[in-house]
Amino acid sequence: MENLVQIALQNVNMAAILPSLVLTCFGMGLLLINVFLPRGTTRHAVWISVIGLVVTGFFVYTGWGNPQYGFNDAVANDNYTAFFSVIFLFAAGLTILMSDDYLTREGYPVSEYYPLILFATAGAMWMASGTDMLTIFLGLEVMSIALYVLAGFFRGQLRSNEAGLKYFLLGAFSTGFLLYGIALIYGVTGSTKLTEIGIYLNAHGSLLENPMTLAGLVLLSTGFLFKIAAAPFHMWTPDVYEGAPTPVTAFMSAGPKAAAFAAFLRIMEYCFFSLKPEWTAMLWVIAVLTMVIGNVIAIQQTNLKRMLAYSSIAHAGYALVGLVAANEIGYSGILFYMLAYTFMNIGAFAVLVLAGKKGEDNLTLEGFSGFGLKRPFLGVAMTVFLFSLMGLPPTAGFAGKFYIFAGAVKAGYIWLAVIGVLNSAVSLYYYLRIMVYMYFRDAEEDYAWVSLPAAAVISIVIALIGVFYLGIIPGDVMEMAKMAIF
Amino acid sequence: MELIFFYLIAIVAVASGFLVIRCQSPVNSALGLVNTFFCLAIFYVMLHAPFMAAIQIMVYAGAIMVLIIFVIMLLNLGTEARKRYTTGVVWSAIASLLVLFNVMYFIKRGRVTGAEGDITSYTVESVGHVELIGKALFTEYLLPFEIASILLLVAIVGAVVLAKKEV
Repeated sequence: MENLVQIALQNVNMAAILPSLVLTCFGMGLLLINVFLPRGTTRHAVWISVIGLVVTGFFVYTGWGNPQYGFNDAVANDNYTAFFSVIFLFAAGLTILMSDDYLTREGYPVSEYYPLILFATAGAMWMASGTDMLTIFLGLEVMSIALYVLAGFFRGQLRSNEAGLKYFLLGAFSTGFLLYGIALIYGVTGSTKLTEIGIYLNAHGSLLENPMTLAGLVLLSTGFLFKIAAAPFHMWTPDVYEGAPTPVTAFMSAGPKAAAFAAFLRIMEYCFFSLKPEWTAMLWVIAVLTMVIGNVIAIQQTNLKRMLAYSSIAHAGYALVGLVAANEIGYSGILFYMLAYTFMNIGAFAVLVLAGKKGEDNLTLEGFSGFGLKRPFLGVAMTVFLFSLMGLPPTAGFAGKFYIFAGAVKAGYIWLAVIGVLNSAVSLYYYLRIMVYMYFRDAEEDYAWVSLPAAAVISIVIALIGVFYLGIIPGDVMEMAKMAIF
Repeated sequence: MELIFFYLIAIVAVASGFLVIRCQSPVNSALGLVNTFFCLAIFYVMLHAPFMAAIQIMVYAGAIMVLIIFVIMLLNLGTEARKRYTTGVVWSAIASLLVLFNVMYFIKRGRVTGAEGDITSYTVESVGHVELIGKALFTEYLLPFEIASILLLVAIVGAVVLAKKEV
């Protein structure tokens, strides 16, 4: 018995899980404090969770350049984890800031919303930091379950119910694929540790020699591609994004997508580096499909939330191009792109939140007629975010796309880069259409706009700063992204 | 002998799995599921994992199934919910058959065994089954084990948020 305790304590290294530990503690603390907070408002919970995110951010910062490993190689707090943690923290923070007023407006001022977002963020951090299949899987489940609940958070709204249920059923299905993949890979290699799997697969030959490796790789990829919302596993995205409360959609499109990329990239690089020709060929097809399907279907949408859902599919396709390139600039491009996407997409959703009326969202293109002239600040902010989503300089979207396509060209995938650029051109059409409605159409006369709450404005301003900073001086962050990859 | 037994149980497991999706009444489906769980428990016994078998029966066939049946009875599904979804059955069948043939082809032509893990039947015999699981949970997989507790907490909070009458 004594022996056992010693073994356990040797491997415990709290520094390796410090940021997620702090965040989880804040989540649990907030759940307890919620009992004593006044009902009917969520303001206090907002500030406590923002403090939690900032404190976590401090511990992420101290972990930079000081990699810590622990728990028998189940988790690694390295630069890669730190970079992605910053993305998750920004996604959660911006979402929380825009949520407060929205929840009260829609009649669901329930403080449990915020701990759920904190737990989802912690789950995302475990996904990024996991170096064991089980850590990654459980992180994914913590994140997903919190998101299922958040998607169906507006219990009285049919659409929100549909979003929650659909996301839950399809998410559980995709989790089955992922777990099956992990089990088969474990069967082949006898380990769940990423490095050990990589060593075994590198030593023991080809994919076709052992069909279990092939099946495991494909099933594992399916599970992650579902979370990334890559075609042909994207079917859930429009309905779930449309039905979920708008801030939750903002969070879902940035944080969990980045988390799935983080885990997927780490697994591909640690475990399957010896099979690179095989999986890049597979992902080439998926990247092209994702970009084309996302952009082409987005053109037909008249509901902005749905349009941004398809645009988010397309952006997952751009990021997959970096994975196909599989070189330094491609990988660091993914990290950069995910950070840029977090700012521009959450910013766009924050504008959507503030564009709403009481009781119902204002999400149609028609509803945006004259929006830019009536609400100058929101109009300009939306324009900047849309320019960034298109990928025009001097915004973050341009720098991100530039790095990713540069990686693809450097790796010899000229055609992939060409298809990516052509897709960006297609996306100009539907992003510009929003602007045409905002500035060149007359607004309805009697239109009651909601007031501008301070917290949501702070969130938009932070997103604007992020978009311009990453767009004008991308070099610094790109250097950090290069230091972050393996 | 063991092989015959395996095939017998396997046939029962697949058949009850089929009943789960084909039965008209939800309660019958649930009973089919119980049957499948029992068959899986027998497989664990055949793999020399009696502890897993016991857990399988207690947790799945016991606790979870009771919950499922409770929910079915509380919801009192109407006739609408009993309608079966029949769209795309043909395509799904074709796709499933293709996957099946694919898998069979690969298994036939390739090698399907992998590396030998740390824990062999010999170590299970000498150390003991429950001890090995306990040791793995609290040493090697300590962090995933702890994350699982957060997972349960999130699930509970989520269930309360979604189901509470007044919030």
